[in-house]
Amino acid sequence: MSKIKSIDDLRKMKQNLEHGMNIREKSNSPESLVQVRVAMATCGIAAGAREVMNTLIEIIERDKIPALVTQGGCMGYCYAEPTIEVKIPGKDPVVFGNVDSTVAAEIVDKYILKGELIDGIIPTNYQTINEKN
Amino acid sequence: MHLLVCEGTGCRASQSQEIVLNLKNELKKQNLEKDAQVVTTGCFGFCEKGPIVKIIPDNTFYTQVKPSDCEEIVKEHILKGRKVTRLLYEDPKTQEHVEDSKHMGFYQKQLRIALRNCGFINPEVIEEYIARDGYAALASIIEDMSPQEAIELLKASGLRGRGGGGFPTGLKWEFTAKNAADQKYVVCNADEGDPGAFMDRSILEGDPHSVLEAMAICGYCIGATKGLIYIRAEYPLAIKRLEIAIEQAREMGLLGENIFGSQFTFDIELKFGAGAFVCGEETALIHSMEGNRGEPTVKPPFPAEKGYRGKPTCVNNVETFANVPVIFLKGAKWFSSIGTEKSKGTKVFALAGKINNVGLIEVPMGITLREVIFEIGGGIKDGKKFKAVQTGGPSGGCLTEKHLDTPIDYDTLLAAGSMMGSGGMIVMDEDDCMVSVAKFYLEFTVEESCGKCTPCRVGNKRMHEILDKICAGKGVMEDLDYLENLSRVIKDTSLCGLGQTSPNPVLSTLEHFRDEYEAHVTERICVAGSCKALRLYTIIADKCTGCTACVRVCPTNAITGEKRQPHVIDPDLCIRCGACFEKCKFSAIHVQ
Repeated sequence: MSKIKSIDDLRKMKQNLEHGMNIREKSNSPESLVQVRVAMATCGIAAGAREVMNTLIEIIERDKIPALVTQGGCMGYCYAEPTIEVKIPGKDPVVFGNVDSTVAAEIVDKYILKGELIDGIIPTNYQTINEKN
Repeated sequence: MHLLVCEGTGCRASQSQEIVLNLKNELKKQNLEKDAQVVTTGCFGFCEKGPIVKIIPDNTFYTQVKPSDCEEIVKEHILKGRKVTRLLYEDPKTQEHVEDSKHMGFYQKQLRIALRNCGFINPEVIEEYIARDGYAALASIIEDMSPQEAIELLKASGLRGRGGGGFPTGLKWEFTAKNAADQKYVVCNADEGDPGAFMDRSILEGDPHSVLEAMAICGYCIGATKGLIYIRAEYPLAIKRLEIAIEQAREMGLLGENIFGSQFTFDIELKFGAGAFVCGEETALIHSMEGNRGEPTVKPPFPAEKGYRGKPTCVNNVETFANVPVIFLKGAKWFSSIGTEKSKGTKVFALAGKINNVGLIEVPMGITLREVIFEIGGGIKDGKKFKAVQTGGPSGGCLTEKHLDTPIDYDTLLAAGSMMGSGGMIVMDEDDCMVSVAKFYLEFTVEESCGKCTPCRVGNKRMHEILDKICAGKGVMEDLDYLENLSRVIKDTSLCGLGQTSPNPVLSTLEHFRDEYEAHVTERICVAGSCKALRLYTIIADKCTGCTACVRVCPTNAITGEKRQPHVIDPDLCIRCGACFEKCKFSAIHVQ
């Protein structure tokens, strides 16, 4: 354990440590963040969803993007796995299909940061019970 | 992903340590160690449904988790992203499973300041506290504030003592700062004695560094270099976490000499108490720390002038301290914008009794009892009717239905004949007899009175005897007046808070439930049916099949009758044990 000898030491230490707590801090206010949900059912995982998720987490942490990556179950788009759903606060969720690491980076860059749509969007053709109520 | 597992005393008692082990093993098996990390934390407050496992970032809140559930959690949730529905919290009103903690009524109305890190960080890792701005308040005060400026800020925030009295914390610091001496002391009162209150324990178990940091801030402000934490020996986990925290802070140089390279020196030592209620009173606490009998003495001199070893001493409660670092980080204005006109900030309450969500909550001052009991607490158990709530433990009083919409703060509770106390809240339903409740609390004070003042030592005992008599169906109407008189005398003539408040449960139940007392005395009836001696057992002839099961269990042979014919109970022989009631398969025994 290194000794904290000055106030600067404490600040530096805090900066280095913040990173590890980021995920917990973000989970405190999920509604104000971009929520990225990776479909992680068996078929998704087989198609490489875990890799996509790890890439997303990496990019988001590296570039300090106000987004939260969570995992979800099967969304039913088996033909287009891996699929991810992106929900920007105040907007309807958008589902992207056939996502790999490159596409994931593009989604963050274009859709999350700039709001531009890219190819590979799956039109929503379902309603959930919650919405019907 | 982070898997937060509660390791507060409550959850540990239901095998949360094993859950941590199993989760780690299971993650290893699935090769997910890099993706998911198990973190042990302090109390989440939702003790009713412990052990708790919370999955971050989606805030999934698993309740009553067993070690055997770990495999499913990892395989389903962590690996495949499917929540384990059966472990999710079920809303008592809608009977629906709640997906995450953000949508649980229990958390929605809470505002966590003192409990900000409880259930969020690992209390045994100082780095997690530092990552959440830990020790930053102490650093900034040492860097650019004079002690006087810091005290002014605290005064402006409006923080009042959370141990019960509600004395302005800034003023207390100021008084101690003004008394010059070669040595002064900062004392943390962790002698939580109210039955049913456990906020101080939870803070010490879940976020010990916040208390250490605040004590150092206090030391800087009042000019003390020594801090003492007076904690009851029956809190082993809190003691262990404090010891770890003090050790880590010393190693990092956050306690000890020349903190942050400044002239300021401060260190903390633990003092163990034997768990006497009276030692929560500051003079008694100081005497106990000195190795003397834990008895209160007359104030003045106040501890701020002559305290521990005759030196100026500032005594603050755990929860009070836990608020301090945040106030300095976010400012006096921020803090004073929360709460009511005279009570600022939040208060932690320990919800207990006949309520659905038993646990620890932190709410802004000024919230109503209705919100606390029916929204956060999830209402009364088994759909029964709310009768009263006891606030302030054995020193407080009962509040009834008509108080449900009163905003809660120090002054409104006093005006309603109760008090804030340390924040215990015991909810009672229609099955609770208010005379018995008053008797229960008096039993506690009789036991805990130190014996120094005669009115408290003898008076409380006499009151307890009268209540016992009333519950046994032998009371007379004069007893009620006698109780009231005795209460006044004890309140007026006792030295410390224990005696001055011990008659409160009697006075407030007499005020709000006098009819219940009268029914006990005149009609010999206990409406709630809880006073055994006043119960009347009878057999409903239509339902009785004459099976003689009751005859065989009756210890006094009070039940007679022909086989296959309705039986009868002789009330003079019946000792009201209830054995027949439990035995009867035909619901033929009626209890009044």
